Amino acid sequence: MTKNVKVSIRNLYKIFGADPQAALAKVHEGMTKAELLDQTGHVLGLQDINVDMKEGEITVIMGLSGSGKSTLIRHLNRLIEPTAGEVLVNGEDILSWNDAQLRTLRRESMSMVFQNFALLPHRTVLENAGMALATRGMARRDFEGEANKWLDRVGLAGQGEQYPRQLSGGMQQRVGIARALASNSDIMLMDEAFSALDPLIRTDMQNLLLELQAELQKTIVFITHDLDEALKLADHLVILKDGAVVQQGQPQEILLNPADPYIEDFVADINRARVLRVRSVMTDRKPDAPVDGEVAPGDNLESVIALAEGNLDRAFSVSKNGETLGYIDMQSLVRALVPRRVDAEA
Amino acid sequence: MATYDRLFDTLGLRDWCGTEESDGPMSMADLLAKSSGSEATTSLRDFPFPSLDALHDACQAIPQSRDLTKGLETGFLDIRDALRVVVDPLTQPLSWALEDMLWVMTETPWWVMVPVLLLITYAVARSWKVVGFVALVLAGLAFVDHYEVAMQTLAIIFVCALICVLFGVPIGIAMSRSDRLQGVLTPVLDMLQTLPPFVYLIPLIFLFSVTEPKLYGIAVILYAIVPVVRLTNLGIRLVDPDVIEAADAFGMTKSQKLFGVQIPLALPNIMAGVNQTIMMSLAMVVIASMVSAPGLGILVLRGIRNLELGVGLIAGLGIVVLAIALDRVTKASLARIDASQTSR
Repeated sequence: MTKNVKVSIRNLYKIFGADPQAALAKVHEGMTKAELLDQTGHVLGLQDINVDMKEGEITVIMGLSGSGKSTLIRHLNRLIEPTAGEVLVNGEDILSWNDAQLRTLRRESMSMVFQNFALLPHRTVLENAGMALATRGMARRDFEGEANKWLDRVGLAGQGEQYPRQLSGGMQQRVGIARALASNSDIMLMDEAFSALDPLIRTDMQNLLLELQAELQKTIVFITHDLDEALKLADHLVILKDGAVVQQGQPQEILLNPADPYIEDFVADINRARVLRVRSVMTDRKPDAPVDGEVAPGDNLESVIALAEGNLDRAFSVSKNGETLGYIDMQSLVRALVPRRVDAEA
Repeated sequence: MATYDRLFDTLGLRDWCGTEESDGPMSMADLLAKSSGSEATTSLRDFPFPSLDALHDACQAIPQSRDLTKGLETGFLDIRDALRVVVDPLTQPLSWALEDMLWVMTETPWWVMVPVLLLITYAVARSWKVVGFVALVLAGLAFVDHYEVAMQTLAIIFVCALICVLFGVPIGIAMSRSDRLQGVLTPVLDMLQTLPPFVYLIPLIFLFSVTEPKLYGIAVILYAIVPVVRLTNLGIRLVDPDVIEAADAFGMTKSQKLFGVQIPLALPNIMAGVNQTIMMSLAMVVIASMVSAPGLGILVLRGIRNLELGVGLIAGLGIVVLAIALDRVTKASLARIDASQTSR
């Protein structure tokens, strides 16, 4: 796991109000969000955010409404200016960039998918898909091929001449994704991209995204308020609460070692067997009983249970490319499925 | 003895006020007081509001209200020549445009003009029904020998509405981009819209000679430009902020955003403004016939002046059918734009 850090956020603060700098000084002195609002009328939107987003990974930023996640993603392409901090893209601080540099960044290396699709209603699907290219000054006949290719890829072949309003929500968001992909940027920002869709379509779109990602290896920043979605997509999960990062890391780690009761509550209701992977439960110790088969480290526990047909006395070896990495037995597996209480341990 | 004498005495302003004798014109109240032979005694019930006139009674140095209106008038007359040097050449093209348009639309034989108008109608509205209606209206007007005056009215409206759009849309765009400009212009627009139309004419008569077409041209434009400015501003402000954000996120420049997103999406509102502007210029062109604007308004005016009921009524109805025709044509084009881009 030695991937390059593509986008990096350093000590980022965002304060909304008349005099953010004065309020920032107060926050540095240790004033909390509630006190700040009470005493100065300033809203602390984001507080000391530090996140590294690695190349080719999906970083999911998760939080409930009002946690500042949509504000955070808008700092990455400077739709919102921070009060303090740095945003590094490929190691360069984009906060020092001028308008022209910023425009180039938005046109060529960072595309965005929106919760409400935000397609241009007066342009056809094809023109919408080619919006990024048209913005760079390409004529329609030049971007047509590229736009059509991506429309085909997201399953909208032959719909290019329709207008967005003639499509269903799910199809409109496919256009939104095609638009972001056609810009050929290596970073994709997705702001609650699937939240407005109904559950079945949402699952479809998640699968589509994973499929595309396996092929394209983009750096994706995905915002969601849905934990299941976050766990399904995330390579790196960041949990935000009241504008601050509560915990970040691999989804498995967060699930197995929740940092505080807030996250415990969060992860209490999810299907752990579907999220936890063999590699986070496996051990080096060879079981006494003979192994009953092989599983891959990326398999989830649900599939292992299915393989064991529910029997608790089975054990499996974990191997990848023919090499044995460790072992997993059903008893430790079941133990991992029980949510751990931090307070019980302490 | 006036009510506010004591006030000036206690303030020690008596010397500044000057002598008691009045050399100004007498007010009606003064005359009445004089004829009744006694100073008006003031009970609390008659206690006057400290208006200019009441204060003038007590202190000569304070002007009367009539001096205010008179001052405005002389002030305007004083700057008139300077104003004319600037405004006259600036507005001269308007006179030319109106003269040329009037000439073209009245001198072109009807069997050329009517088909041309119908073609324009089709180009704008793309509906044979509307074209048929316009043909009917023109034929009706021509049949009762109102063809030429109708053409004059139309010519003035075309020129004025075009100029309104030419200036109004950019002003509206500028307003939508700056809250401060909106704050300054909104009261001006309110004033233009509520000022009785006749009031526009008075200063214009002072500025230009009554025979110049720009006199009524300016009056019509000032009155009719308001809706297109307002609705352009509103239309651009109402564009879905999500779409604007997307445009920003994909790195559009300001002008790409304006011409590629904001104006197209505001177009239904802008067209509604154009429709209103055309309707209001039609209303104003009738009033402007008092200052020599040719067209149906002249006949209406003749009807009023000479009490010729029939002349006034037919010309009035002519204006009505013309208004309906213009309205249907612009509404049809509005509907066409609407249908091609209503979102969601």
